[in-house]
Amino acid sequence: MTNHDTHELPFWRKYIFSLDHKVIGLQYLFTAMVFLLIGFAFVIIMRWQLAYPGTKIPLIGGWLGDSFAPGGIMLPEFYNQLGAMHGTIMVFLGIVPLGVGFYGNYFLPLQIGAPDMAFPRLNLASYWLYLPGGLLMLSSFMMPGGAAQSGWTSYPPLSVIAPSGQTMWLLSMVVIITSSLLGSINFIVTTINMRAPGLTWFRLPIFVWSQFITAILLLFAFPVLEGGALLQLLDRVIHTSFYLPAGLVISGVQMTNGGGGSALLYQHLFWFLAHPEVYVLILPAMGVVAEIIATNTRKPLFGYKTVVAAIIFLGALSFVVWAHHMFLSGMKTSLARIFMTTTMVISLPSVAILSCLVFSLWGSSIRFSVPMMFALAFLPLFGIGGLTGLPLGLLPTDIYLHDTYYVIGHFHYVVVTGTLVALMGGIYYWFPKMFGRRMNEGWGKVHFWGTVITMNGIFFPMFIQGMAGVQRRLYDFNAQAHNLLTTTAPAIGKMSLSELQYICAIALLIFQIPFLINIFYSLFKGPKTEENPWKATTLEWDCPSPPPHGNFTHELKVVRGPYEYSVPGDKTDWSPQSEGGR
Amino acid sequence: MSHAAAPKTTTGIPNGKLGMWIFLASEIMLFGSLISSYIVLAMGSPTFGRPDTALLGKPLATINTFVLITSSVTMVMALASIQRNNVKALLGWMGATSFLGLGFLGIKAFEYHHKIAEGITITSSLFGSFYYTLTGLHGLHMLGGLAFNAYIAIKAMRGAYSADHYERVEYAALYWHFVDLVWVILFPLFYLV
Amino acid sequence: MEQQHAAHHPSVKGYLLVFVALGILTGLTVALSYLPISHHVGIALAIAIATTKCALIATFFMHLKTENRGITYTVLVGLFLVIVLIGAMIPDVGIVQK
Repeated sequence: MTNHDTHELPFWRKYIFSLDHKVIGLQYLFTAMVFLLIGFAFVIIMRWQLAYPGTKIPLIGGWLGDSFAPGGIMLPEFYNQLGAMHGTIMVFLGIVPLGVGFYGNYFLPLQIGAPDMAFPRLNLASYWLYLPGGLLMLSSFMMPGGAAQSGWTSYPPLSVIAPSGQTMWLLSMVVIITSSLLGSINFIVTTINMRAPGLTWFRLPIFVWSQFITAILLLFAFPVLEGGALLQLLDRVIHTSFYLPAGLVISGVQMTNGGGGSALLYQHLFWFLAHPEVYVLILPAMGVVAEIIATNTRKPLFGYKTVVAAIIFLGALSFVVWAHHMFLSGMKTSLARIFMTTTMVISLPSVAILSCLVFSLWGSSIRFSVPMMFALAFLPLFGIGGLTGLPLGLLPTDIYLHDTYYVIGHFHYVVVTGTLVALMGGIYYWFPKMFGRRMNEGWGKVHFWGTVITMNGIFFPMFIQGMAGVQRRLYDFNAQAHNLLTTTAPAIGKMSLSELQYICAIALLIFQIPFLINIFYSLFKGPKTEENPWKATTLEWDCPSPPPHGNFTHELKVVRGPYEYSVPGDKTDWSPQSEGGR
Repeated sequence: MSHAAAPKTTTGIPNGKLGMWIFLASEIMLFGSLISSYIVLAMGSPTFGRPDTALLGKPLATINTFVLITSSVTMVMALASIQRNNVKALLGWMGATSFLGLGFLGIKAFEYHHKIAEGITITSSLFGSFYYTLTGLHGLHMLGGLAFNAYIAIKAMRGAYSADHYERVEYAALYWHFVDLVWVILFPLFYLV
Repeated sequence: MEQQHAAHHPSVKGYLLVFVALGILTGLTVALSYLPISHHVGIALAIAIATTKCALIATFFMHLKTENRGITYTVLVGLFLVIVLIGAMIPDVGIVQK
């Protein structure tokens, strides 16, 4: 254990290039929040275009420049750039750094009773690859031809002929993937090797299990996309033909590359990562929800072993379902049927986890704290997200729904109303631990209700639009006559669905203001709190708030499981994991 | 024992060794994705462009394979030396390992030169594209291994290692063996089938 | 740091035996490539020999034989996933389209 006296460290080594997992975790938190806001800003501009196609973008329209929006009116290319970058930023620079980089880094060592991560310098390297990688990604907007504009999926041949922003995307992805891999190695070794005495595998909190399996998914899946991205980079820069068949004619121009390649090859390599990636998006959130529910119901989580088994099974299966994203690619239907089967099977552990979380509420004494409200909202909203995935995973219905707004509705329900809601709740939950102060409950409730309602206002109409046949990634719905009824035609009074979505998006943005003010105000002026204000049992509450360098001020000896609440015969309604814990 | 004991770990495996193996697992996936791509395109592409066997330079590649396998043996001997507290032998065997590694890269460079002269370039065919990409990536990994070996040698000369404390030597060895292992797969893939 | 037990280290003689085996297998695989055997049999044999060589290097040079089994399983998971990837891609990418 390193014994730096942090009072002697200069500012830049204490806060900028710190080796302490908590500082690095907070760096991830604040950086991820900025990227989430940037990604959100992009989609708000897109939402304007969809609600009022071909009109001048208000406020910022004049600042965008002629290559993006001449006269303030969005070009189709710019719409595509915003779309591709929104997806990329939200997934790789926003949600994963928040769910894994922040939550994992900060709380994994604490929950296993470790003084830090196994490899603090590797941790430092992870963050300092993430930030430059993200900035490199953003800088692609300054390339001639603009940013990447072939979707977050970057399928060839389009991505191979796209302007140079796409090359930046590929290079950024290599940097970001490297950051992630270093992090995965750290998380896996830390969880296996640095648990406190007595902390056996089946005494680990669900949060730790979810982070551990997430790290394993990233470890095995990301390198495959790294290889795939490398090949696309070579196709673009050196004109190899890994993904380009011979004889391609694009816009009347014959391609001069050698040929012989396969565009489907890229899709397989991409989705081999991107499917486990969606479990990377959800598992940390499920872990956070489990912790919040256990603490705020004052009873053990229902079905601990089932949840653990389901998380492991989910992780394992996530590697053999990827081609359900490719059902309409022209892939072999015999192969599609296999993937459809595995996809149906993978819904089972997902349901098991959600069910156990719901059953944990039965017979409990629910504390309606702000974190608990977010955790409770997660349950039905993730349920909607999950259920809407079923027609997508079934080939016959996916034929109709693929590439429609139904898909967009599905994944935003799981990631935004699911994961992001859970992660927001987690910030309220663990804020006292991180900063020794409490956030304001009243404003927390304002943030909660405003957020959850407006999110539904944005994403629920997408199911309606999708089932009506509205295609995704289209700059202007009006191009499709039959979409008029569901997009620009009045749907609620005089307002079309798209307008409703735009207004809810703006409102959602506005409702984040109390959240941000709450965080930054409470950071400095919030009411001080003791070590364990929630009276929770897991190890992170058995150290000062905020924890000092090295985390624990006394020897830990774990003697019981993570959720020993309301044990019959006990004096209090909670028994901390560590012997003699408070 | 002059050196402080490494921190106790839950499994007994040192963090560094576990970390190195986990890293190698991710490398299996990286090389695996490229090798998989090679295999399926070699099977299914209408214009893969595999050159005549005569142009591939099998004899030289075979010699190169022996060079790399020998370097793995010298590396394992280097580890065995420090496990027996013999720093001088460690340095000797490490030197031999890196020398053989450089030899491998030198022969590779000659091979590349020869192939380009024969018209097999990175864009001349899919075979060429994969050949240079995969062996190039492998070569870059070898350079990394040589750098790691150099670091070990410098630390060894400063007396950092002994029979009680040689963990990083073992990690360098694991990495080196892995790079050899990848070549054991690439060699038949490109030259023999 | 008593986690490494000197008694478990393979002997120098063991390493040399593995070296010789690797040499023989390399020679064998090269020799086979010159013989007029069917393409598919050739591939199968090449795979078998390469797998054996990898197993020897991993087991003895990388000491998997004496390490915690979990490490071997981790490596096998990676290999299994690569095989899954190849298998899944063959129908789409690995068959010559008419």
